[in-house]
Amino acid sequence: MEWEVVIGLETHTQLQTNTKIFSGASIKYGAEPNTQACEVSIALPGVLPVLNKEAVNCAIKFGLAINAEIAPRSVFARKNYFYPDLPKGYQISQFELPVVGKGAVTIQVPAVGKNPAYEKVVNITRAHLEEDAGKSVHGAVEGMSGIDLNRAGTPLLEIVTEPDMRSAAEAVAYAKKLHELVQWIGICDGNMQEGSFRCDVNVSVRKKGSDRLGTRREIKNLNSFKFMTQAIEYETRWQIETLEDGGTIHQATVLFNPDTGETRAMRSKEEANDYRYFPDPDLLPLEITEADKARIQTQMPELPEAMKARFEAQFGLTGYDAASLTASRELANYFVATVDKGAEAKPAANWVMGAISAKLNAEEKSLADSPVGAEQLASLLKRIADNTISNNAAKQVFEAMWNGEGEVDAIIEAKGLKQVSDTGAIEAIIDEVLAANATMVEEFKAGKEKAFNALVGQAMKASKGKANPAQVNELLKKKLTA
Amino acid sequence: MTNNNLTNSSLIQLSQMLANKAISSVELTQTFLNRIDALNPAINAYIALDKDKTLAQAKAADVRIAAGNAEPLTGIPIAQKDIFCAKDWQTTCGSKMLANFIAPYDAHVITQFNAAGAVNLGKTNMDEFAMGSSNETSYFGGVKNPWDFDRVPGGSSGGSAAAVAARLCAAATGTDTGGSIRQPASLCGFTGLKPTYGVVSRYGMIAFASSLDQAGPMAKSAEDCALMMNVMAGFDERDSTSLNRVKEDYTRELAKPSSSQPLAGLKIGLPKEYFAQGLDDNVATVIEAAIAEYKKLGAEIVEISLPNTGLSIPVYYVLAPAEASSNLSRYDGVRYGHRAAEYTDLMDMYNKSRAEGFGAEVKRRILIGTYVLSAGYYDAYYLKAQQIRRLIAQDFVEAFKTCDVIMGPAAPSTAFKAGEKVDDPVAMYLQDIYTISTNLAGLPGMSVPAGFSHGLPVGLQIIGNYFDEARMLNVAHQYQQVTDWHTQMPELTMPKDIA
Repeated sequence: MEWEVVIGLETHTQLQTNTKIFSGASIKYGAEPNTQACEVSIALPGVLPVLNKEAVNCAIKFGLAINAEIAPRSVFARKNYFYPDLPKGYQISQFELPVVGKGAVTIQVPAVGKNPAYEKVVNITRAHLEEDAGKSVHGAVEGMSGIDLNRAGTPLLEIVTEPDMRSAAEAVAYAKKLHELVQWIGICDGNMQEGSFRCDVNVSVRKKGSDRLGTRREIKNLNSFKFMTQAIEYETRWQIETLEDGGTIHQATVLFNPDTGETRAMRSKEEANDYRYFPDPDLLPLEITEADKARIQTQMPELPEAMKARFEAQFGLTGYDAASLTASRELANYFVATVDKGAEAKPAANWVMGAISAKLNAEEKSLADSPVGAEQLASLLKRIADNTISNNAAKQVFEAMWNGEGEVDAIIEAKGLKQVSDTGAIEAIIDEVLAANATMVEEFKAGKEKAFNALVGQAMKASKGKANPAQVNELLKKKLTA
Repeated sequence: MTNNNLTNSSLIQLSQMLANKAISSVELTQTFLNRIDALNPAINAYIALDKDKTLAQAKAADVRIAAGNAEPLTGIPIAQKDIFCAKDWQTTCGSKMLANFIAPYDAHVITQFNAAGAVNLGKTNMDEFAMGSSNETSYFGGVKNPWDFDRVPGGSSGGSAAAVAARLCAAATGTDTGGSIRQPASLCGFTGLKPTYGVVSRYGMIAFASSLDQAGPMAKSAEDCALMMNVMAGFDERDSTSLNRVKEDYTRELAKPSSSQPLAGLKIGLPKEYFAQGLDDNVATVIEAAIAEYKKLGAEIVEISLPNTGLSIPVYYVLAPAEASSNLSRYDGVRYGHRAAEYTDLMDMYNKSRAEGFGAEVKRRILIGTYVLSAGYYDAYYLKAQQIRRLIAQDFVEAFKTCDVIMGPAAPSTAFKAGEKVDDPVAMYLQDIYTISTNLAGLPGMSVPAGFSHGLPVGLQIIGNYFDEARMLNVAHQYQQVTDWHTQMPELTMPKDIA
């Protein structure tokens, strides 16, 4: 029997505001416990929430980025439950009327084995604003749990998808796309280790062809894409095995244990809280006008899709190259800066996706830490373009630049990599090569095309790689056909 | 001037005496403190007194007066309902839950009084978390009605009410969620105003039912209330429901030249539902006499109907407990307030701390509120109540098409005996039958002394349209120019066991 997995994601993105969503306390990560807990954060008697407009702007940006409905009127509601790190005994969230409605994200699912890469649209159900809880720090004080309320009230945008994904690969492609998008539009720093981007994954399985959803289990708080893949794959196998063994799936919240690679039920839905949602009487409904949206629109960066199309049209890049370069705003900016400094677009694209990306990956660096900046890369590419160095020589120069050996021209000089473009000198070399390789010349004349390439190789070798290959080609052809 | 005359003086008189240096703020404050020393042990109007802090404020006020930059309330001793957080003051909200809570910040109302140079005389007793109509739910004990120590002062602002009536302060603050300023004002015989929702910031005022709570003045006269409003009202960006309006002078209408018919042209609406079954006959007689007085002042009487009045109590006892059940969730013993001495685990700590920290009425309302918000009941109770709330507000919109102010009784009876209704919640809830609708609609309401029944005060309620406080204050003020009910005060004789 063939099974199909159905996946939907709920992602908590921490918004990049200066202060909390309902108070003026800082949200900076890593401060001493409870030093960023103002009277509102600790829910003293009598305090009231005031909505941070910057958090609303972030939500509008996200709505615009996924071409979603942005509610002209949305409502903050109280989600009531008791927990020590939830100081008010309720979380202010949005329930019936969220700020962002239906939208969509286009994802690129990479090739896996024989299956080719493909594009897919993931529908967004909603995105709503809410406040984060604090943290319970177990064993903070000897034998006791401590409560750190620095995080309490940190603004979150919870982004919920339709159950549109059909594999771990699709789920991870979506998560990565969303991760990149929220950073691209500047609403989230994307730091998964610090919890700025946390995914809950709803997984269910059903027989292929069925249009009924199976019972889902929710994998909580996945903080890396690797764990997400492992967790979904494990959970999918577990559900299929359970059903094939005649068991039933019960709705539950599960945790992924990275050490064992397994998911384990945390609590079943029967034990779940009745959250007693109701509109928060301390906050007015959130109203967003067309003018608000227009104002935020002017602050929006060019989005990846638009930039990709522009790269194709403006620079003649292939769709694949344009998509790769717009996979992150950092990469796209680097590419654009390289072109702006005078490099040609196609070689710039190749170098950015090739040598630069390979080096960064190997050394686990980000573009911001790249020893070769856009301007340096551009000056290197210019030396290729003006025939000062060959492509091969350029690789050596790049290596030297990466290692901090200096600027392009100085390295070319020091290493003697300057290309020979003097026709007389090249002709002299060719004459020598032709004289020394009479057999090859005969073979060429007998119609063996390969012999020509061998002769080019010999000429390049004789010039110690410095001869301009195009000139070598041209002159050799002239002499052989003369 | 005798001390009695001093404590019986109006805010304007006191302000003038302070300005003329006829008396210092320290002397005035000490006079009130002495009276509190003598009478409070019997009346129990105050929960917290701190003479050092109070007198320090009085000294600072004297410096300010001497420097010539006094405001009308500079140096005047005001009692603060213990629902307002006041920095470094015990702030209990009448509950064991907060008996040990020292507020680390000032409520907006307190900040306003401090800025005006007023002196905080102490924190007044109240029903626990403002839930009650007799002050009998206070963890700190009941409060005596100064007119009859066997009777309750009303609630929830019972301590402030008794303090104003017994002249244990120059004026006081109160809060009104369903009648908690107006009903005690009626039962204790003074003037109280609940402003339009959103006029006074709720920041730092401990929440009972957020969409209904509103702070207001409790004072001897409409004129005193107007001066208090000038300090209390105003936009506060820390309260999202605070209304951003131009600052008003609430005394502005009072200065109009008087004539024999100063209220000529005023249309007073009398809702027939407010004079129906349930109203004490003697109270009705007093109210009718007051209406007759208004006719003499030139007002015209129109009969109106507020057809959904009967639904106001059931609607209120869905919505207010719903909000309260959530507002009171923060009292969990984790960060401040009462925590059980011994517990086995987290759930046990919550259960014991809340079981010990809250009184019976608070628990009752938390249970009602939790119930009406529960899955499966929300639509039938909470949503339905919200719909009816809009109908009740609409009743007033219709009524104000034919009249300028609405009048009726503030409470269905005079002060009742302590213990009389404490075991019958529904009878207690009916105390607010005439006041709750205005909270549900967000409208301003007043209670003004209008006479006595068997020696106990009766309050006339004046309900105005949104933001019509200045006109309402003048309507009350003109009545107080031709009557003396508001100047009468109880003869305070000590009960034998105290004396």
